[in-house]
Amino acid sequence: MSWQADKKMDIVIGHMLRTGVTIAAVVVLTGWMLMVTRVTGPAPGYHHFHGVPAPVLKIAPVLDGVRQLQSASIIQLGILLLVLTPIFRVVFCVFGFAAQRDPLYVTVSAVVLTILVYSLVRG
Amino acid sequence: MGMMAFTGWILVTSVVAGLLGALTGLGGGVVIVPVLVLIFHVDMHYAIGASLISVIATSSGAAAAYVRDGYSNVRIGIFLEVATTLGALLGAYLTAKIATPAIGITFGLVLLYSAWSSFNRPPEELNVEHDSLASKLKLFGDYPVGNKRQEYTARRVPLGFGLMFSAGTLSGLLGIGSGAVKVLAMDRAMSLPFKVSTTTSNFMIGVTAAASAGLYLARGYVTPGLAAPVMLGVLIGSLIGSRTLVKINNRSLRLVFVLVIAVLGVEMIYSGATGRF
Repeated sequence: MSWQADKKMDIVIGHMLRTGVTIAAVVVLTGWMLMVTRVTGPAPGYHHFHGVPAPVLKIAPVLDGVRQLQSASIIQLGILLLVLTPIFRVVFCVFGFAAQRDPLYVTVSAVVLTILVYSLVRG
Repeated sequence: MGMMAFTGWILVTSVVAGLLGALTGLGGGVVIVPVLVLIFHVDMHYAIGASLISVIATSSGAAAAYVRDGYSNVRIGIFLEVATTLGALLGAYLTAKIATPAIGITFGLVLLYSAWSSFNRPPEELNVEHDSLASKLKLFGDYPVGNKRQEYTARRVPLGFGLMFSAGTLSGLLGIGSGAVKVLAMDRAMSLPFKVSTTTSNFMIGVTAAASAGLYLARGYVTPGLAAPVMLGVLIGSLIGSRTLVKINNRSLRLVFVLVIAVLGVEMIYSGATGRF
């Protein structure tokens, strides 16, 4: 029955999401610890909006920063991993419904995936 | 305040916000944004950016616990995500266009509505009748009641879909999960059983927030030094909260939480109206 297939899919997705969040949280925590221990002087406070000097979405500069152990880049990498977890969930739905031979829901999942990818790439 | 002290306070506050969000069922986002803005005087855009990231973490982190019981419905979830993600794109776009005081006032109104709705749960109105659109879209299912499985079918699909679009817009505009509007759409409009709508909407919140994340990241709303303690704190708080949820079902305690949220709502509207953002 499709209900059981759905539930099985749900459980796999649930574990996948939790693993993704755990990895992302560990990466963010690492970057944050580095940031807190390195910065001296008053905190930025974030009272006024400046935007981020280097756009987070450009993956190359983030990875460069991670290689140089820059704390902000490590946090940004963790955040990117986190944003990818729900997107993976939708990718998994596309394949799950394909395995159940449900063209309607393959299409619905693909539409959601397209919106997510459009948002991330187009920014 | 030094970096260590500032970031430490943000972490502690975020844990409390996550706890409060889980205990009231409203999510950490609606609590952390007003606290960051009103108490720490953080810029609104940085606050909603950090909150959005914490919303994704909470939703994905709790997913494994929610699916075990077999209440969530993947098809209803992914179908309504078409509406919420499109709404989120619109909301995230509007965040840059709308003046900050107006965002503050909107936030305050959502807080007041959330506080009110968490005390006025819609009466359970289970639908088993045939609905042709819901059948075509396979928006039905069953969930465990004792040893048996109770069947249900969605109703008023177009209305639910439209309300979910609004929920997505609010999520993208304010960096929150907008659980209260989702309850309105799924419980009230579509007559889905409470447990089905709550667990399904938890799944949807992360996907909806991910749709706004692209725009938020590109515009620089997500600043690492603030997003890190907020994300970690809210995640810890909500995990503790969802575990103690069963133990604390005291109505008077709940009233206190909801009053806190209502006060934050009034304060956001007042600050917005007097141009203090």
